[in-house]
This record gives sequence, structure tokens and C-alpha cells, in this order.
Amino acid sequence: MIEFRAVTKRFDDGTIAVNNLDLVVEAGTITVFVGPSGCGKTTSLRMVNRMIDPSSGTILVDGKDILSVDPPMLRRGIGYVIQQAGLFPHRTVLDNVATVPLLSGWSRSKARGRAAELLELVGLPAELGKRYPVQLSGGQQQRVGVARALAADPPVLLMDEPFSAVDPVVREGLQDELLRLQAELDKTIVFVTHDIDEAVRIGEKVAVFREGGILAQYDRPAELLARPADDFVAHFVGKDRGYRSLSFVDASGVEVGAVPLVQVSEAVEPSGEWRLAVDDRRHPRGWLAPGTTVDGPLVEDVLKPGGSLFEVGQSIRGALDAALSSPSGLGVAVDAEGAVVGAVTATQVLAVIEGLRESRG
Amino acid sequence: MIFADAFAWLFDPVNWSGAKGIPLRTGVHLLYCLGAVLGASAIAVPLGLFVGHTGRGGTFLVGGSNALRALPTLGLVTFLYLIAGGGTGPVLIALVVLAIPPILAGTYAGIQDVDRGVVDAAKGMGMTGGQVLWQVELPNALPLLIGGLRNATLQVVATASVAAYVGIETLGRPLLDGLRVLDYGQFVGGAVLIALLAVVLDLVLAGAQKAIVPRGLRLVGQPTGPKKGKRSQKLVALAAQPDSGGSTA
Repeated sequence: MIEFRAVTKRFDDGTIAVNNLDLVVEAGTITVFVGPSGCGKTTSLRMVNRMIDPSSGTILVDGKDILSVDPPMLRRGIGYVIQQAGLFPHRTVLDNVATVPLLSGWSRSKARGRAAELLELVGLPAELGKRYPVQLSGGQQQRVGVARALAADPPVLLMDEPFSAVDPVVREGLQDELLRLQAELDKTIVFVTHDIDEAVRIGEKVAVFREGGILAQYDRPAELLARPADDFVAHFVGKDRGYRSLSFVDASGVEVGAVPLVQVSEAVEPSGEWRLAVDDRRHPRGWLAPGTTVDGPLVEDVLKPGGSLFEVGQSIRGALDAALSSPSGLGVAVDAEGAVVGAVTATQVLAVIEGLRESRG
Repeated sequence: MIFADAFAWLFDPVNWSGAKGIPLRTGVHLLYCLGAVLGASAIAVPLGLFVGHTGRGGTFLVGGSNALRALPTLGLVTFLYLIAGGGTGPVLIALVVLAIPPILAGTYAGIQDVDRGVVDAAKGMGMTGGQVLWQVELPNALPLLIGGLRNATLQVVATASVAAYVGIETLGRPLLDGLRVLDYGQFVGGAVLIALLAVVLDLVLAGAQKAIVPRGLRLVGQPTGPKKGKRSQKLVALAAQPDSGGSTA
């Protein structure tokens, strides 16, 4: 647990970076600090491992005042991941990961053994350990950065915009990876980002900061989207917050209906309705438009590309998006293996959403 | 033909033996260079590391090293010689003064050049100030630091010739003698020897650089040491040195 008690940071030039911050980061959660630049989110994070010392106030980590601990010792017990990873260019990937164990006096072989375990944990092949940071992609460097921060198994992990320098596809993969790791490791994680989408995606609690280092709202992401505390937060979380808040709504109320199927590479009877083409594993391949005549076996060239897929068990946002993006208006529902189980319509999904709103009253 | 004369001088066995022979002069020349670069490193490397690491005194450092650069070496040698009344000290001190700015600049720039994110991460991992300096900043500063050493070495090799003005048997001797009696063969021969020495030393240092700089940094393909263009400028400067020295003497 990390506790900020009336913490203020005033820099030498008089600017107030953090203004009287009171906040509790609960143990075993991912808490995201988010806000526009200059809102004090990074300063708040860096005060936890004493990269910056507060001007006034107290910060407790697991009940202990951090100002009573010598900074290097304190930092060895707190994982730290930064933007661009900050890997040591002159050391191999394995030795980078072994940094903190070596600083703590482990033998080289034991530290390297531990480092190899961590590379595996963050999903990197062992042979990458012999390479140098410059030989890795941005996403791989970030994974190494995370492995390095976890090497001494610290209870607390500080992550300062760790994924903002990689492209969106890689970023999403890294976010998933972090959530997977967290489910396994149960660390207390403070994560700084300027990206509200990232914040609501990975945060169990989100602290929105505004300029002048003031905490504007501290809440669960669903609450943040549904009930922003004021205009600043409402504006910051963005225009489509109503849609995005659906990410936190369970889709179990949506009934998955039947969908007419046709099999790829088999003969097809003409029909006046949309039909979903599947392969022999029942994976969706595309839509066959009404009235399309097919001579001989069905080839994929005549199919219209499908929309996004709704994996049963996902949020209602996935169900709605599948329906909206499908050329037929039928959102394709699949199981965990990607096989088609049926379809949902936007009307169905909206009815469920309306029902939920009314029941909330 | 000047070059034929130089060739003849270089291969005349008379010039390869005795107290005034080429081997001994080369040895003396080398010793002065070695002493100067080592002496300058002893001062400039720690100072550059300190200023680069703490970030304190950068302005002083740049101003001071520019002031050193502005000192004419020949003037300094003559001045110290007159004060000290002879000996090897004046020449050595003047060469040390000449070698300090490039080494200082290389060391300081090397430390400053280390990615701030890398230093931030090192601190954040729990390294003490000393550990950050020795384990992270210094290894990453090596390419530029050694570049500074190579620069200093080239300058010192060229300039150690001035020791001949105060009677020391360096490779500057043939330049002075040749100029005095208008024996251009000897003059050019001496210049060629100095240039060769500079090239050989630079190759040795380039090899050392390859051996010392961590592999992870060499993969980056950072610029290391003096560039080709710079080096040829140095060689031009070498040849010009005794001439300009003569006019100020």
C-alpha cells in the first residue's frame, strides 16, 4: 500500500507540481495516474522512490515513511520502469535484467539465473538474453524494462509512461501482457500515462490530475466514465465516454441468436438473406451478400469482409461493436477458440443497455 | 627534387645511429608524448568525470579549456624555459597544457552524452552516485573519451617538435636543422617521420578503443575518434608547425 498524506511539491522556480495530494494506492492493484502534461502525475510517481523529494507532506510505503530510508536502498525494493525503457546500452539484455539482484549482492550466476526466469515471464525467448538493447525492437526493450524492474521481486512497481513510445498495436499487446503478469504476481502498481484510454483499460483505480498538481477525481474506471466529478474530468475522459464505459458492462444479458452459415469451398444454394461463411473449423471468413450467385464451390473472393468479432464473455462494448461493424448488421459471436457460436444485433444490445439503465434507476 | 632529397635523408644509414639518430629521437619524442598524454589524462579525466557527473562547473570548464586552447604552445615553452632555466619540465608542462582541452572535452561530452533516461533508470534501480558513474556513465562515455585521447595524442605528437627549440632531441630536430641550413630533404624527412608516428599511434589507439569500448555500444555505430577529414587537417598542421613556430620564435 502506498499512502500520500498532504503531499506538496514546489520546485525552486516556484511552480507547484503537486498540490496537497491525499491518496491511497491499495495493495495488489494497478492504479493509474492520468492527466494532461504538467499536472504532476510523473512528479507524484517519482516521489514514491525518492527520485524527487516532496516539499511537505508524508509518503508511506507499506506503513513506512520513505524519507526514513536511504534512497538507493529504498529504490532497490521498488521496481521502476520508464518511457523508452532506459536499458543500459553497454550491457547484455540478461545483465540488464540482473541489475538489481547484482546491486543487492547476489552472485553473478544466481542473478543471471533469475534474469533468465524473468525473460521467460515477460514472454521473451531465452536467446535474447545474449543480445544488446540496440538489437531489440521498442516493444522488446519495454518487456526487458519490465523484467528488469521485477528482478528482485519488489512488492511495488512504478511505471512512468512505459508504453507511450511504442506503436498502438504493440502497446495493446504490452498492456495485455501487463494485465496477465499482474494476475500472476499481484503487485502494487502505480502507472503513469497521459492516455485516458490506456488508463481505463488497465487501471483498477484511476487518479485524474489537473494542471497545478490537483487531484480531480480518484475512482474506478467505470465510475470515472459514468460519473465524472466535474467538467474537467468529463472533458478529459473524452466525447465517447458513454460508448467506452460499455467496456465495463457485462454482456451476459445479451442473447446470442442463430446465424445462417455457409461452408467455404462447398456449393451454395442462392438465398435472399445474409449468410456467414465459415471454414471447416467454424472460423468466420466473411459474409455472403443476399442474392449473390455462386457457381461451383464457394471461394473467399466473393465474400464481404466481416466486422469485429464478439468473444462470448467479453464486455457489451465488444457485442455492440461487432454488430455495428458487420456488413449484415449481425455481430458475429465466437467462443474462446474463435469458432462461430451465433450472432447479435445492435437492437438487441441496445435493449439490454436500456434495461440496465432503467434498473439502475 | 625535395622528395628525392627527403627519401635520401630518410634512408641514409648515418641518420639511423648515434645520439642524434632517428631511433633515439623517435624514442625521446614518444616519451614526451606519453608523459604529456598521461599527465594530461591524470588531470583532465577525473575533472571531466566530476563535472559531467555532477553537472557542476560546466561553464567554468568550457571557459577554462578554451583559455588553455588559446595559449600558444611555443610561447609557453619559451616562457617556462626562461623561468625554469632549462630541463625537460617546461616542454612537458606545455605539452600537458596542450593535451588537456581535448581530453577534458571528450570526457565531459562523453558523460553528458549518456542518455538521460539511462541515467535516470540507473538511479531508479537503486545505484549510488558512484555506481552510476562507474557502472553506467563511464562505460557509455568511453567512445567519446577515447576520441578525446586520440585527438590529444595527435596534437602532442605534432607539437612535441617544439622541444627541439630548447635543445631536446625530439623529431623536431631535423625540422629545425633542415630549415636553418635550407636542407629541405632533412626538413621534409622529419615531417614525414612525425606524420608516420602520429598515424601509427592513432592506429594503436583505435585498436585499444575497439578492445575497450563495450560491444553493445559499438553496435550502435556511434562516431568514434577523430574523423578522416579532421585527421588530414592535423597532418597539414604538422607540416606547418615548425614554419609558423619559426616566425614567432
